[in-house]
Amino acid sequence: MNPRRTLATSGRVLTQIRHDPRTIVLLLVVPSLLIGLVAWIFSDTPVFDTVGPAMIALFPFIVMFLVTSITTLRERRTGTLERLLSMPLGKGDFILGYTLAFGLLAVLQSAVAVGYSVWVCGLTIKGSVWLLLAVAVADAVLGTSLGLLASAFARTEFQVVQFMPALVFPQILLGGIFLPRDQLPDALRVFSDWLPLSHAIDALQAVASDSQDAAYVGGELLIIAGWIVGAVVLGSITLRRRTP
Amino acid sequence: MVHRAAPAVVVRDLHARRGTHPVLHGLSLSVPRGLVVGLIGPSGCGKTTLMRSIVGVQIVQSGEVTVLGRAAGTASLRGRVGYVTQDASVYDDLTVRQNLAYFAAVLGATRDDIDRVIDATDLAANAAQLAGSLSGGQRSRVSLAGALLGSPELLVLDEPTVGLDPVLRVELWALFHRLAATGTSLLVSSHVMDEASRCDRLLLMRDGEILADDTPAGLLAATGTDDVEAAFLALIAAHPSNAPAAREAGDS
Repeated sequence: MNPRRTLATSGRVLTQIRHDPRTIVLLLVVPSLLIGLVAWIFSDTPVFDTVGPAMIALFPFIVMFLVTSITTLRERRTGTLERLLSMPLGKGDFILGYTLAFGLLAVLQSAVAVGYSVWVCGLTIKGSVWLLLAVAVADAVLGTSLGLLASAFARTEFQVVQFMPALVFPQILLGGIFLPRDQLPDALRVFSDWLPLSHAIDALQAVASDSQDAAYVGGELLIIAGWIVGAVVLGSITLRRRTP
Repeated sequence: MVHRAAPAVVVRDLHARRGTHPVLHGLSLSVPRGLVVGLIGPSGCGKTTLMRSIVGVQIVQSGEVTVLGRAAGTASLRGRVGYVTQDASVYDDLTVRQNLAYFAAVLGATRDDIDRVIDATDLAANAAQLAGSLSGGQRSRVSLAGALLGSPELLVLDEPTVGLDPVLRVELWALFHRLAATGTSLLVSSHVMDEASRCDRLLLMRDGEILADDTPAGLLAATGTDDVEAAFLALIAAHPSNAPAAREAGDS
């Protein structure tokens, strides 16, 4: 691992994205449009104030997971990964470089999504908007790091796209959006405690309703950060310089 | 003298599979330093698997691969060996210069070095173009330029001249010889037999085996032929697996 090579990798990934303005627009706008759609669906009910925070967790998470896993898979498929791994680039440099680049995009995307939810869709935030943004960013970076990890196990685009329903959908179903987590059957509730998205949704709802103190939200943030670090480390370990 | 030094690459009894397919079955060879060595053989004979093994990105079943005195794939070798994959491995959504600037940053090469490799591969006119908008030949030159960064001691080039215009091909071979003259060792693969005459030494390969390891002139003299293609056919005919008994069985 070497900071110069890590940052060179982040810079390179961002330059690639800069050459693809449509991706930037989709990345920044799609989660907000979906949140807007949800707000519109529930416009005559008080439901949006309950599910709105969960939507801020959901859409950026999914978008970042997909974009990251496909980008890194593309790197594998075009032979550039093989080239890089024959060069003095650490596996950690590669994974962390990607995490930082997409992490930066996640900050922008989350800022747009939070701003749009609060000021355009009228989502009521009783707690700190900055804390809400911090959790939203952590959540989007979580999507990135899980996407990096998933792409290490995928050989083709078909496989990587199917990791989405396999890894992401259970977290959505068990995250407390459909049914509050304390009303889930015991086994599922315990299982959902282990899923990172549950904690992101809990934290966002706690900030929105100001029902918990900052220490609670900080604890949830730590759990999400733990998952991010775990996925980055595991992603670096599972990356193989030698392939069959 | 450079040429008397230990060989750049020594491969001993190498067994390797590509995917699940056994490709190399007990191959041995050596690549001397400071020469352009051609690895010539038809597609599918194992050239790429052999080159991947030398660069250290191939899982090998057994055997020894020593590169510049160290086991292939050792971390300290990664900056000393340049590798060009068969399909150009460059970022299509970056310009030529941006591609090279990234590889240079990874290798710790200087900005001057980027200009040097752009000139050496005749890409100055395309430096600001996206790699994805280049022709196939230009893209493979970007890939080659990336491998020249940092002046590695060993260059492993997998079919670097395929699809190039003949004038450019001659220029690249001249570049390879200039690099060899400064002490760089080159292993260059090709499935085009007439490129063999441009090499200092030849390794003729077929079905995962080395049929001959000689200079072009020595090969022609040994087989009594006057071009490499004929020499290749003569070697195949003389190979034990094509002994008269086997051939008669095939004829009937």
